[in-house]
Amino acid sequence: MMPTLNDYLVLSAILFAIGTAGVFVRRNLITILLSIEIMLNAVNLTFVAFGRALGAVDGQILVFFVMTVAAAEAAVGLAIVIDLFRHRESLNPDSFASLKW
Amino acid sequence: MPPGISTSDFYYILPELVLTGGALLVLIADVLLPRGSKALAWVTLLAIGATIASLVPFGSTHVEVAHGLLAVDQFALFFKIVFLGAAALTVLMSVRYLEIEGASPGEYYFLILCATLGMMIMAGGIDLLTIFIGLETMAVSFYILAGFIKPNQRSNEAAVKYFLLGAFSLGILLYGMSIMYGLSGTTNLRTMATAFVGQERDPRLVLAVILVVAGLGFKIAAVPFHMWAPDVYEGAPTPVTAFLSVGSKAASFAMLLRIFLEGLPSMSADWRLMFEVLAIVTMTIGNLAALTQTNIKRMLAYSSIAHAGYILIGVVAGTPRGVAAMLIYLLIYAFMQLGAFTIIIIMRRQDVVGDELKDFSGLHIRHPFAAFAMLLFMLSLGGIPPTAGFMGKFWLFGAAIDAGYVRLAVIGVLNSAISLYYYIRLVVFMYLKPQGAGSPVTTSPSLGIALAVAVIGTIFLGVYPRLLFDLAEMSARTLGVAAVTAAIR
Repeated sequence: MMPTLNDYLVLSAILFAIGTAGVFVRRNLITILLSIEIMLNAVNLTFVAFGRALGAVDGQILVFFVMTVAAAEAAVGLAIVIDLFRHRESLNPDSFASLKW
Repeated sequence: MPPGISTSDFYYILPELVLTGGALLVLIADVLLPRGSKALAWVTLLAIGATIASLVPFGSTHVEVAHGLLAVDQFALFFKIVFLGAAALTVLMSVRYLEIEGASPGEYYFLILCATLGMMIMAGGIDLLTIFIGLETMAVSFYILAGFIKPNQRSNEAAVKYFLLGAFSLGILLYGMSIMYGLSGTTNLRTMATAFVGQERDPRLVLAVILVVAGLGFKIAAVPFHMWAPDVYEGAPTPVTAFLSVGSKAASFAMLLRIFLEGLPSMSADWRLMFEVLAIVTMTIGNLAALTQTNIKRMLAYSSIAHAGYILIGVVAGTPRGVAAMLIYLLIYAFMQLGAFTIIIIMRRQDVVGDELKDFSGLHIRHPFAAFAMLLFMLSLGGIPPTAGFMGKFWLFGAAIDAGYVRLAVIGVLNSAISLYYYIRLVVFMYLKPQGAGSPVTTSPSLGIALAVAVIGTIFLGVYPRLLFDLAEMSARTLGVAAVTAAIR
């Protein structure tokens, strides 16, 4: 049986929830970054699924841009995290207390 | 020429092209000029000036470019002028600051221009794609800028926090957008508006609206999505904080108005209610939290959160008058906020960080004009006549009453009264306390120009605001009005 649009949407909603939960629960900057990537992939899946259901390519085109931007963001984000790690020797966000959260 | 894009499209994005060229020129100039040369700041200002000049032919243009990817109208024009003006002032502020911090100016000015470019695209974008690209061009530039002073731990921390919450909010915003796309079958906001008529009660659309409101709430730093703002504002380099609090906020409001007034007018009952609650909570919590701050940058961060609450009143009103009041307020806010940050940068000397309340003790003896200018900006932020801040609040609250939101206006006025406490406290420190420690307070030529512009703007818009109001109202009226497509020409 072919999966329907609804199946894809449910899957992407679950992925999005996992990503969101990861951002709140995990206490490691790299894992938080990965959780955000999962959220963005949930977005991509939604765009592609809708695009296919609508028979239009707009969704797929948007996904290309989301992927590119996510890559750029990850590059900048990892650079910032490395810079911070040099100062702190820690990736736990709770230990960054020179500014109050 | 690829199909669908015509030569006239390139003509209409001339300002963006000029700014891109200018940004690349700055990078090249950085390599060619001798190290430590101040000429780079002037190259940057030249690029901004050329971009402002290239806006002139579009004074009354009202078209959609590239099949509805971008709108070139007076609404976008107004915002572009605000962004470019704020960028110019930021560059003027940065020259001495970068020297003291020992940061390399080349990439810095390049990133400032990139962020400005992103803002300009955000203000013109009427398609989910362009809005998203503009937003990210701005945000990624700001992530780097926030952590630009690499040896400084606080700057690093600010960058990490801004990046994590920025990326997180982007995920939320995009998820909302993907649902909007799925339900309407289009990414163009104006086509979307017609597609959504009659779908008002679809729970999936309500979910999308909630997600988009939350994602944008992060960008404008509205409570409860404001946690990042005080930390980032305090830790980031001061000129970056200034530009972030003015440019990024104005651009996010432009985007918010485009999405909700152009793309979701049929859902206005829902988002009005959400923004009304957000506005009340944001104003109140922002002001109450600012009361206890002893770091001026942090205090201004909470004050800027409170101002986001005031500006949201205009969105709730949703009328052309409300939107016009928002535009005016954002411009006035740019002058007074950038002015206040210029003073903080003047206070930054080799031996003093200068962003604590006690650093401002007895400033009127050390530097009378700086103290007077700060007094003016504080009164303006608090909304005391005859400064510009008063006129801005007057129109915002007036628009709310016009649209039948008297309660919101009353809460806004009460909040302004609370905010006076912490603005005046700084004035008390400057005028009534004995002198603080550290080397003498001096200005540099570029800081002097920035300060003069901010002071003149704050006074002029306070005593002669009529001119601005007509301009803003004209800009506000172009929002949401269908335009001809450029390709038809």
